[in-house]
Amino acid sequence: MNTGAMSGSKAVSYADLVTHKSVVVTCGTGGVGKTTVAAATAIAAARIGRRAVVVTIDPAQRLADALGIDRLSNTPTEISGAWPGTVGAMMLNTKATFDDVVTRHAGSNEQIERIFSNRFYANVSTELPGTQDYMAAEKLNELYFSGDWDLVVVDTPPTRDALAFFEAPKLLTRLLDNTIYKLLISPRPGVLRAANRAAAGVVRWLSRVVGAEVVDDAIEFFQTFQGMEEGFKQRADETLALLESDVTSFVLVASPRSDTIAEALYFLSRLADAGLSVDAVVSNRMLAPMTTTAVEAAQLQALLAQGPASGAAQALCDHTNAASGDDGRLAQLMVHAPDASLTKVPLLPSDVHDIKMLSGVAGLLVDQTSG
Amino acid sequence: MDPGQFFASSRVLIVTGKGGVGKTATSAALALAAARSGRTVLVVEVAGRLDSAPMFGVEPQGYDEQTVYHAPTIADTTTADGSAEGSADAGAVRCRSITSDGALIDWLSSHGFARIVRRMSRSGLLEVVATATPGVKELLVLGLVKHLEQSRVADLIIVDAPAAGHALNFLRAPLAVGNTARTGVLKRQATEVLEMLRDSQRCRALLVTIAEETPIKELIETAYAVEDEVGLALGPVAVNSVLGTIDTLDERLDRSQLESATSTQQLAPYQIDDLVAAADFRRERLALQADQLHSLTQQLPLDQIRLPHLFATSIGLAELERLAEAVDSSIEEIPGLGD
Repeated sequence: MNTGAMSGSKAVSYADLVTHKSVVVTCGTGGVGKTTVAAATAIAAARIGRRAVVVTIDPAQRLADALGIDRLSNTPTEISGAWPGTVGAMMLNTKATFDDVVTRHAGSNEQIERIFSNRFYANVSTELPGTQDYMAAEKLNELYFSGDWDLVVVDTPPTRDALAFFEAPKLLTRLLDNTIYKLLISPRPGVLRAANRAAAGVVRWLSRVVGAEVVDDAIEFFQTFQGMEEGFKQRADETLALLESDVTSFVLVASPRSDTIAEALYFLSRLADAGLSVDAVVSNRMLAPMTTTAVEAAQLQALLAQGPASGAAQALCDHTNAASGDDGRLAQLMVHAPDASLTKVPLLPSDVHDIKMLSGVAGLLVDQTSG
Repeated sequence: MDPGQFFASSRVLIVTGKGGVGKTATSAALALAAARSGRTVLVVEVAGRLDSAPMFGVEPQGYDEQTVYHAPTIADTTTADGSAEGSADAGAVRCRSITSDGALIDWLSSHGFARIVRRMSRSGLLEVVATATPGVKELLVLGLVKHLEQSRVADLIIVDAPAAGHALNFLRAPLAVGNTARTGVLKRQATEVLEMLRDSQRCRALLVTIAEETPIKELIETAYAVEDEVGLALGPVAVNSVLGTIDTLDERLDRSQLESATSTQQLAPYQIDDLVAAADFRRERLALQADQLHSLTQQLPLDQIRLPHLFATSIGLAELERLAEAVDSSIEEIPGLGD
């Protein structure tokens, strides 16, 4: 992770990142092969003898099949392959991870059971916006501090908001910290203090909007979490410190399409607002470079228009037009990521569906000099 | 089917699909085509940004409603359903954005909670409300769409809906809230939104994909879930970025054949190499695309709107016009109700 204050350092190549970092977080919008890059990064590390694990979030079915992971298990499964190191892969199970977190922080079995049976908790652990990011960060913390892995690669849920992942570890503490919580957990019967009167007003109001049962669940949720706030807060601080430390690199995965670049630029601007930056940009789905320029290709197309090579000329013209646009947009993106290396991955003929293809991507990631 | 008839067949089109398939461009192209058939169109973006305005060549002015396009001449002001289009706005496209937080605050304010709303956002109570009733924000976004639909603010409202897994959560929201809130004002809102979603005269979903394996697979899953769980009628599927076929590409000239075919033009060796490589690559992509289009047609019995791959740097009005023409010609191939 680069912070603004420390910028000016030379960009690290993807190979350096795979060799030296302990945490890699892949981020970006959906539909650009983020999960593929995450999995290939873990394999690249294993190829140089490291023990690497990748946490994926909702991977495409064929990739999940290739990695041999299933939704039910919430722990890494080892993938066998022709590498000296180790690759573990898992699919994040948000609910199960949240349950683990609660179990870790709870004071008693009774408290655990009360929380698990609460309907408001069921919503918090599955539906609250940011829960997936939060649990990905939790899993990262757990795997990193387990000491079992040299490199933990975490894929993040597709998002437009680059800061979602940084805000996620504080999700629960923020919820527990709000004023209403403090009002709700204050013992209501007894002397009516001003706070309690306000609380009663809020409860009445909430009941009108969402119904009394829902409010009862919420109140019980906040009451059962009493005593656990400090543990959650410490954990969040620990995770954030890890994300901001030098052992961690953020990788922005993009594709050269104009809408994706626009999203990626927005992403970087949000990071910059917070004084953060990425160490590497991976541009997926690149067209093969041609020596012929777009201008030349257009001339060729005119020259060959009537002959048997007209089809090839049109294909070349389309290709160079698209590719020159791609390069221009990527250059524009890199202006906004001055400290990052750029790694290009070509458009693959099909979706990644086996380890061999994934190893191929791993090779492409590390076997090129940064541009 | 006549495009005018198509765009008159329901008042709301919810456009959705996996991230990166070009939902916004598709929404904008549909809006342009609808405007040219004489409709007034409102594009509603719900992902919190206003990306369609630049496609019409207009700078976005905040999140508020703005007119981004006006069809140059509406020659025939009588629409396909026979009704005279008296409005001076016929052929106009307007855009606006709805944010989920904004929808929640608007709704609470208009339900007698104006005074408490500001305090609520500060105190975190909004977050508690949203957590207590999952889907409430999405429901209220749809509620606002329903309100716009009932107020007849436009002939056609095109909703540029959230991406990926979020699309299903978005459309399932009225069911989720309906289950949590058994009584009260939210329950009523959920019921009314569901009524709109289940009435194909009022609302249909239009799913967008590209001709690649994973997006198509997800599209098919979403299609069945939307229809079976939500009861929302599906319009045609839009397939974006379809590579055009090239007639003479099938001849498969190898390097030496290409060399002799172009001997009079005296091309440089690298040009010959590039011609061969580009032709091979295009053939390979076209073959993959044909497989994927075939599998989509086989697995999902819906009409298709095919939009061409534009070898363009970005989408502006000229590109949008090309897409809108493709929308029209695809719709014309769809059998009409009377056919």
